[in-house]
Amino acid sequence: MKLTVDNMTLERGGEPIVSGIGFELAAGEALVITGENGSGKSTALRGMAGLLPLASGSVKLADETGKPFEGPVREYCHYLGHQNAMKSGLTVHDNLDFWRRFNGHPHLAVEEALEEVDLLHTADLPFHYLSAGQKRRVAIARLLVSDRPVWILDEPTSGLDAPSVATFTGLVKAFAESGGILVAATHLDLGINATRRLEFAA
Amino acid sequence: MLALLSRDIRLSLHSNGGSLTGLLFFLAVISVFPFAIGPDNALLSTLAPAILWIGALLASLLDLDRLFAQDREDGSLDILVMQTHPLALTMFVKALAHWLVTGLPLVLATPVFGIMLNLSFQGILATAGTLLVGTPAIAFIGTAGAAVAVRLPRGGMLISVLVLPLVIPVLIFGISAIRGALEETAPFTAPLLFLCAVTLFTSVLGPLAAAIMLRHSAD
Repeated sequence: MKLTVDNMTLERGGEPIVSGIGFELAAGEALVITGENGSGKSTALRGMAGLLPLASGSVKLADETGKPFEGPVREYCHYLGHQNAMKSGLTVHDNLDFWRRFNGHPHLAVEEALEEVDLLHTADLPFHYLSAGQKRRVAIARLLVSDRPVWILDEPTSGLDAPSVATFTGLVKAFAESGGILVAATHLDLGINATRRLEFAA
Repeated sequence: MLALLSRDIRLSLHSNGGSLTGLLFFLAVISVFPFAIGPDNALLSTLAPAILWIGALLASLLDLDRLFAQDREDGSLDILVMQTHPLALTMFVKALAHWLVTGLPLVLATPVFGIMLNLSFQGILATAGTLLVGTPAIAFIGTAGAAVAVRLPRGGMLISVLVLPLVIPVLIFGISAIRGALEETAPFTAPLLFLCAVTLFTSVLGPLAAAIMLRHSAD
């Protein structure tokens, strides 16, 4: 599996925010994007996730033989943005269960995913009872309940305490070792050997 | 898709009382009309189907802005549009859930409100029937309107302005079918079938337009 981003340019209101980005990632590799606030990290990630139309360039996903995957790349991606994509009125379990059923390709059971982020005891609480850090961990558990070969993460550890950050880096490392591709905007050391870096200038 | 349907229904039922605000608004509109018309029972029952239709129409527009706004705020919308399901189908299911929670209660309340407006039994039956067929069309057109306005501040007002002109055919065929049911000379089947056609037509076009809007208005 190989993710190829070629000469990607993204605009907002006609102004180029990100221009001419290109890289290639093979299975098990990670790309860490760093840069100042407002340098276009989130915009670039949303472009890769298919949430923003590309002004030019392309994002492609292909298997080992170079045969492109069927359908748009976004269908193979998990996207974790600034928001957690959870409903505050529903319980933690129901939130994750919804995404597990809706997204398809189920992976871990809801309980197992919650166990991974040490939040099994909150399963029956409404989502809005949780603290900001706990909410973020539930959002990370969403990445585990359905199977996607590419993870696109935007500041995934914002609001997390040190032990949770360690849990998180363990999870992404396991994901990369199982052959996943990771693109993340973070200043954290993910501990993945095959990590490339991309520094955005403001 | 079933997961989305049950989630949306549960959310609007228990967290924000969506169907209740619509119903109360419907009731409020219905109750002020007799005061405006004055003590003329015959006139009131003549106007009753139109009053019920306009009340239901306005009540259906009330909650449309919530259709996508909350999903956008908490980031769910991003994840919903990324999946393998055809986006138009996702929109259809959201519109359906919205109608089940906000439109169907209006239809069920129509007989009670019809009595308040001195409407005959046959008139009540015809009004409730045409509303049952017609209100889904309002929800489907409204979905497209809500998708246009989702990224705009104070989009709720814009949705009403966008959607109202588009639902005029629904209103026309609904009212003419009721007239057909109540008067000997007017046709009943033809306008009712047209109303069904409009609903079926918008059930495809509305979600499709909403899907196109959401894909191209990314933020």
